[in-house]
Amino acid sequence: MEAAFVIEKFILITVIFTVSLLVAMYSTYAERKVASFLQDRVGPNRAGPFGILQPLADGIKMFTKEEIIPTHANKFLFIAGPSLAILTACIGTAVIPWGSNIEIAGRTIPLQVADVNVGVLYIFGVVSLGVYGIMIGGWASNNKYSLMGAIRAASQNISYEIAMGLSIIALLMSTGSLSLKVIAEQQSGFWAHGWFTWNAFQQPLGFLIFLICAFAETNRSPFDLPECETELVGGYHTEYSSMKLGFYLFAEYINMFVSSAVMATLYFGAYNFPFMHHLGLSANMISILGVVFMMLKIFFFIFFFMWVRWTIPRFRYDQLMNLGWKVLIPLSIANIVLTGIWITVKDIYFK
Amino acid sequence: MNISLFYFVAFLSIFFSLLVIFSKNPVHSVLYLIVTFFTFTVHYILLNAQFLAIVNFIVYMGAIMVLFLFVLMLLNLNKESEPAKSPLLKIAGVVAGMCLLVTVAGSVKTLHTSNPIVLQSPTLGLVKNLGKVLFSDFLLPFEVSSILLLSAMVGAVLLAKREPNDA
Repeated sequence: MEAAFVIEKFILITVIFTVSLLVAMYSTYAERKVASFLQDRVGPNRAGPFGILQPLADGIKMFTKEEIIPTHANKFLFIAGPSLAILTACIGTAVIPWGSNIEIAGRTIPLQVADVNVGVLYIFGVVSLGVYGIMIGGWASNNKYSLMGAIRAASQNISYEIAMGLSIIALLMSTGSLSLKVIAEQQSGFWAHGWFTWNAFQQPLGFLIFLICAFAETNRSPFDLPECETELVGGYHTEYSSMKLGFYLFAEYINMFVSSAVMATLYFGAYNFPFMHHLGLSANMISILGVVFMMLKIFFFIFFFMWVRWTIPRFRYDQLMNLGWKVLIPLSIANIVLTGIWITVKDIYFK
Repeated sequence: MNISLFYFVAFLSIFFSLLVIFSKNPVHSVLYLIVTFFTFTVHYILLNAQFLAIVNFIVYMGAIMVLFLFVLMLLNLNKESEPAKSPLLKIAGVVAGMCLLVTVAGSVKTLHTSNPIVLQSPTLGLVKNLGKVLFSDFLLPFEVSSILLLSAMVGAVLLAKREPNDA
């Protein structure tokens, strides 16, 4: 019993880890293809058919480049920076429910590594930890542009975390649980009691705020000021070369994957899909299809991240701070009040 | 197993908090302090107080220490730019520290020892129970402390804001 549990979790963790790395790897390829599509170009098409081997070629290039550590850099922290960045990016996947339970030979296997009863807060903690990789790396480089990038990243993350937390609070008021598994189960199906079950339709304003904050937290355009090349050379990774630079770039794509997964779970019905209970499928079939739908939702959000990046220009720094503090935070507080009023009204008049 | 884990984590907490004091570089101090807070989070998990653990993680490690690091990096403190303190100030510091030590030691002595591992009610720290207790038995202290935080925030904003004719 105990051994089976360990093996089952081990396999699950390995699969999730591999999938998230694979998705991150092909996101780099997808980003270029999306960019070339939006700009009416061809994009990478030399390595393999349609350039499908491009990420592998990039990986080999990264590994074989010369590794440079600046003379006055703090060596330990210089290496710890990218390691921390990729570590914090990867551990977020632990609490996300990838699908409902699967039954094999009488054993119920949940497709989730850990059902922590404070899952939402765990995600929030991991997100808030993500900035350390950038800050430590930027400071340890001993370069003013790196330092400016690191400081921008820190202030941006702190500012947008508040709005993100407040938008999550409104969501928690309507779901009444901090466990991601419970939140996913509540959104089962697509239509119930005369309204959509997915939280994006119950918390539209909250979803919009969360989406904007997710862009800011992953340092994606239009919020990519920490690596703004027109002002800061390369931002926090100016001094980095070889695979350490690769780790920073890779961490960004893993972050994108994880935040897409979180958005899909919290607001877009997780692994649930329309008519899932009306097709007469077995429970296992529903779970497997659920994983496929979860992945499709994640890919949609990743595409959305790229779409926005190649469409909207970068903010100016004061505009970014104004948006965070003067627009998003008051809006999310208003959202909490509105949600509270709506819950009370529903309790009194629609019971 | 559990008790040895407790002592191991306790050792790490004390070790890293000593490193906070003794490291020369302020940025290193802050980084050690972050590790110290992480060991506190592990302590809370060992006590089955999951909510407290994660809040400690988010607020102290994720927010307050980022601010500390932010300010230190912005000021770019190092050994050369640090002003030498006068001996009078050092003596005053030692006296104040000793007074604090005596107070803490005295108050700890009056406490009775509890078993750190065996909990009276293991479900006490879970979010559900904590929320119920906070919003029923301790509602007034909870609201008063939130007003205290609000007033501190208003005070900070007031201090940071210049007079209109001063600029």
